[in-house]
Amino acid sequence: MTATADLRERRMRDIRPGRIIRWTILFIGGVLMVTPLLYMFSTSLKTPGQIYDLRLIPAAPTLANYVEVLSEGEFPRWFLNSSIVAIVVTVSNLFFDSLVGYTLAKFRFRGRRLIFIAILSTLMIPTEMLVIPWYLMSAQFGWLDSYWGIMFPGMTTAFGTFLMKQFFETVPDDFLEAARIDGMNEFTIWWKIAMPLVTPALSALAIFTFLGNWTAFFWPLIVTTSKELYTLPIGLTSFAVEQAIRWEMIMTGAALATIPTLLVFLALQRYIVRGVMLAGLKG
Amino acid sequence: MTHPTDHDTVPTRPLISQPRMSMRMRSNLWVWCFLAIPLVFYVVIRFYPTFNAFWLSLTDWDLMSDAEFIGFENYRDMFADDDFWKTFWNTFEYLIYGTPTSLVIAFVIAYYLDKVRFAHNFLRALYFMPYITTAAAMAWVWRWFYQPAPTGLINGVLGEVGIGQIEFLKSTTWALPSIMVTAIWAGLGFQIIIFMAGLRAIPDTYYEAARMDGLGEWAILRKITLPLLKPTMVFLVVFISIAFLRIFDQVYNMTTNDPGGPLGSTKPLVLMIYQTAFSSYDMGQAAAQTVVLFTILLVVSLLQLWVLRERT
Repeated sequence: MTATADLRERRMRDIRPGRIIRWTILFIGGVLMVTPLLYMFSTSLKTPGQIYDLRLIPAAPTLANYVEVLSEGEFPRWFLNSSIVAIVVTVSNLFFDSLVGYTLAKFRFRGRRLIFIAILSTLMIPTEMLVIPWYLMSAQFGWLDSYWGIMFPGMTTAFGTFLMKQFFETVPDDFLEAARIDGMNEFTIWWKIAMPLVTPALSALAIFTFLGNWTAFFWPLIVTTSKELYTLPIGLTSFAVEQAIRWEMIMTGAALATIPTLLVFLALQRYIVRGVMLAGLKG
Repeated sequence: MTHPTDHDTVPTRPLISQPRMSMRMRSNLWVWCFLAIPLVFYVVIRFYPTFNAFWLSLTDWDLMSDAEFIGFENYRDMFADDDFWKTFWNTFEYLIYGTPTSLVIAFVIAYYLDKVRFAHNFLRALYFMPYITTAAAMAWVWRWFYQPAPTGLINGVLGEVGIGQIEFLKSTTWALPSIMVTAIWAGLGFQIIIFMAGLRAIPDTYYEAARMDGLGEWAILRKITLPLLKPTMVFLVVFISIAFLRIFDQVYNMTTNDPGGPLGSTKPLVLMIYQTAFSSYDMGQAAAQTVVLFTILLVVSLLQLWVLRERT
């Protein structure tokens, strides 16, 4: 009797007006947050004649802009470039960051602390300070305007190494010792025993590295000069400058650059949010 | 079982005469194998360029002739240059208005979002989504919003309501705040998630105890939530500050027709560095500007360490 009364009372409390108002305000705020995205998609579906109609739902939506951008522009190429760069850099980080993180977490050797501090200290050096030397280095070695030129600065990062070290420290030594007694070599122990134990960290690192490289702007802008090698953000900028006031085309280009990240987000929402929390707390 | 059995390997081998590596040496060999490539990378791609940047800042170099050592002349020129100070001040404007604004909005949203149960993940997704978009792409969307009527959305709405038009990106007073709003919007999702993680980390027992003591919602917020969120706050203040000090993507994309905005009113340090290095090819001067940026970022990071150390 009292239990049901309790329950009813609790339910009453749950739907009291304060909560409904709070939820509604949060919802309106959330919609405002995605308004730029909504308008981007909406305008990309409009004809040039319709863009002055500021209603969100296009009167006669059409995919003509997408067809034009994809068939005449260099977007497919830029899409490919961005994919190659983001995937290669992500794989490289997953491999090297975790290898170094593991070594620093699980081996005792002379110079360990020094190496750790040296790697950590590079977090203090902003990319902007390194781009000039990188540019000169690239010019000297012929890396300008090449995939390698875009990718090399990010092949391993102190952030990733630090993140992985933190996680490998939670792997019990007993597991590794048992594998050693079984006669596994150290590389196999890392790859087969330790790596599967830190998959949450690996997925967080993969998502961050991928998105970071997909959206990267400053260095690709500097190192690429020919259109064939632009990544999506750089390509989009040059495309938008060319289109000048054809906003429906610019919005189509922006949408094309954004759709992949949104798909990644929708597919991996839980992991991404958890990854941000992990990285924020550990980093 | 695939691994070799003990009896046909170990006992038949004379243990002492065989020059076997000790465990320690073998382990060290593996360590240096694992570290070799990454260490070369760090030396070539991180450490050397860092020192190189400091060295270049002491030279006069246009890429054509040889670099010439000129001591601190680049720094003297820079500090005597009004444009530098204007850029310096612009950068701080992004920082001192952008950081508190971001922090307060993110906290308020996180605080209430944390209490919502109904469609929680959906609401969170709405707030988080802008964070994972491409800054360059979104800069163009906002640039379109800021266009004069009849093109731009905001001026369109202002026109409907009957308020006057604002020349957002073309006005020396409005251009910088307009870009700042875009940058704040782009970063909020991340900050909200971090705040929510911080809120979750506060044990429920604290709240229960406070409620039993008869504290109201406001008192709980002031006496428990905010003090316990201090580490999160410090992290976010530093994180947001650094992001604003390095602002570039939005500025570059929103002012491509007039880089740095009307009369350079939106130009931050990083855009100045970009122009000095890759438009004027004055590599020495640009390197000196990067050293200034580095110094500012270093001070901000050290402040964080200092504040957090004081706590414990």
